[in-house]
Amino acid sequence: MQKQAIFQSKLLPYALVAPQLAIVLIFFYWPALQAVIQSFLLQDAFGLSTSFVWFDNYVELFRDPAYFESILRTFFFSFAIAVSSLSFALLLAVMADKPLRGSTLYRTLLIWPYAVAPPVVGVLWIFMLHPSLGVISRYLRAAGIDWNPLLDGDQAASLIILAAAWKQISYNFLFFLAGLQAIPKSVLEAAAIDGARPMRRFWTVTFPLLSPTIFFLLVVNIVYAFFDTFGIIDTMTRGGPGKSTETLVYKVYSDGLLGGNLGSSAAQSVVLMIMVIVLTGIQFRFVERKVTY
Amino acid sequence: MANVTLRNVRKTYPGGFEAIKGVNVDVGDGQFCVLVGPSGCGKSTLLRMVAGLETVTGGEIDIGGRVVNQVEPADRDIAMVFQNYALYPHMSVYNNMAYGLRNRGMAEAEIKTRVEEAARVLELSPMLERKPRQLSGGQRQRVAMGRAIVRQPKVFLFDEPLSNLDAKLRIAMRVEIRKLQRRLNTTSIYVTHDQLEAMTLADILVVMNGGQVEQVGNPLAIYEKPATTFVASFIGAPPMNLMSTRPEEIRSQLAGSAAADAGILGIRPEDFVITDQTPAGGVALPLTVEAIERVGAETFVYGSREQEEQHVAATPGELPPGEIIVRIPGTEAPAIGARIRVAAVRQKLHLFSGDGRKRLEA
Repeated sequence: MQKQAIFQSKLLPYALVAPQLAIVLIFFYWPALQAVIQSFLLQDAFGLSTSFVWFDNYVELFRDPAYFESILRTFFFSFAIAVSSLSFALLLAVMADKPLRGSTLYRTLLIWPYAVAPPVVGVLWIFMLHPSLGVISRYLRAAGIDWNPLLDGDQAASLIILAAAWKQISYNFLFFLAGLQAIPKSVLEAAAIDGARPMRRFWTVTFPLLSPTIFFLLVVNIVYAFFDTFGIIDTMTRGGPGKSTETLVYKVYSDGLLGGNLGSSAAQSVVLMIMVIVLTGIQFRFVERKVTY
Repeated sequence: MANVTLRNVRKTYPGGFEAIKGVNVDVGDGQFCVLVGPSGCGKSTLLRMVAGLETVTGGEIDIGGRVVNQVEPADRDIAMVFQNYALYPHMSVYNNMAYGLRNRGMAEAEIKTRVEEAARVLELSPMLERKPRQLSGGQRQRVAMGRAIVRQPKVFLFDEPLSNLDAKLRIAMRVEIRKLQRRLNTTSIYVTHDQLEAMTLADILVVMNGGQVEQVGNPLAIYEKPATTFVASFIGAPPMNLMSTRPEEIRSQLAGSAAADAGILGIRPEDFVITDQTPAGGVALPLTVEAIERVGAETFVYGSREQEEQHVAATPGELPPGEIIVRIPGTEAPAIGARIRVAAVRQKLHLFSGDGRKRLEA
């Protein structure tokens, strides 16, 4: 068997890869390059003149306490979203792993939320928890809780975390279920005979054996919380009230498109780009090594 | 130390499939019981029911005088060695063995003594800190054994523990298991599909087929007097030659009261001798040699019956005219295509009813 493909024309192989290359170049490299160039430029408020300012945008960015607040907020959001969606998904997966009737049905149902687009998730939750429209809000208020995420920053933040975590549960669930099914049944049976009760069995056998899956999902969830929550934030709070739900990605958007500060916005995108490269690098390294126990 | 008694044990799956159809076995204290049978005969299911990993849908399982049908596996005081060893991949060899003791709240000092003693017996001492994936198949097997013996349980359960090892190691481990069991004198139940393993290990042999017990007893007694044609062909390798008694060639040679009812005649390959004489009351068959296997100590002769039988098996259990296997000393070897005559004495004939379910005494 020949491994190398042989083409009659020298141009054909290039023609075959061209569409893919064009997409990557046009939709990724070109905008990324633009962002890097833009981050070294300063534009006046009316967009009439542009000057080259070297690293001024970056210096200003890192001197701005609001940027650090946004970084901290993003880390907190990521952590909260990752932990809550991972733990809840693991709970569901452990339950769904039991051989019960109709398991295919409820497994399918548990995976469905993943198909919902982030902005739709935002709208969905706002309908339930909007202070004046929300169904659940009425009960919360009836229960004596002063629920108003449009004014209360902490409540707004928890709302975002709730919606973002909910959407990610399906994805995590799928991986956890696969991870659980990959654990040999006889190992758990051996543990049962060895006198480990279900809870102890879970923490001493199942959980350690799932650790590669957990690590992989942790990275995926952090990346998700960093970047993919834009749609949810935009439909639910628009970064407000105040700046209490403005994450790094949302700040890029609001500073650049709403605030008109394209230079700073571009510099922020470059910083984000570096962050995502680091995260992806970590993920690849560990996913390829895979076994951590 | 305990005896294990199965009283009319049954297992019916929710779909209605009956995997175990009423099994009665009594394993005495310190005895080594082997469940043997072809795959799908329910032997593993039965073992898992004793372990508590499968529910019992009928009858009673009694371990040491206590009915354990509703008792959790952890509380049955048993230890099990699995076919794939089922070691905890994230734990060291030491922790694999210590796990069951820690779960029972034993003091660390006592755990250390027991694990180190087991490791010494099983020659695992230098690898206590290794992870299972750093061990060879035979070493993993020994860790699985170690995990069972440190617990000092009432009963050992073995689920085809040697089937993942290569042939040489399998024989070595078989001897090890037997020696270990003799020394610890712990009641054991062992599942295998390998009749040689079954014969060599068992104090009591339980031959199973289709969810039922075909025969229970001492392995040699079973070998000498198989109760059914299934047992006759399953125990012993190469299997017993079974032939219909209907053809005149055989019917005329079988003179006696039992022979009149017998539908099937069985003769073990080693009970044949190549001879021109017909022993009194025995059976002689002319054969054409079809193939020969020389394995050194012995020679297997595959012959076809000379008298062409036109009669095709019509009723269930009736055997079509077939090949005959003869085992002779390794020094002899007839030529292929040669016509020989083999004979067996009266005492070596096994007679069964026509459906093969009943042994008849000649």
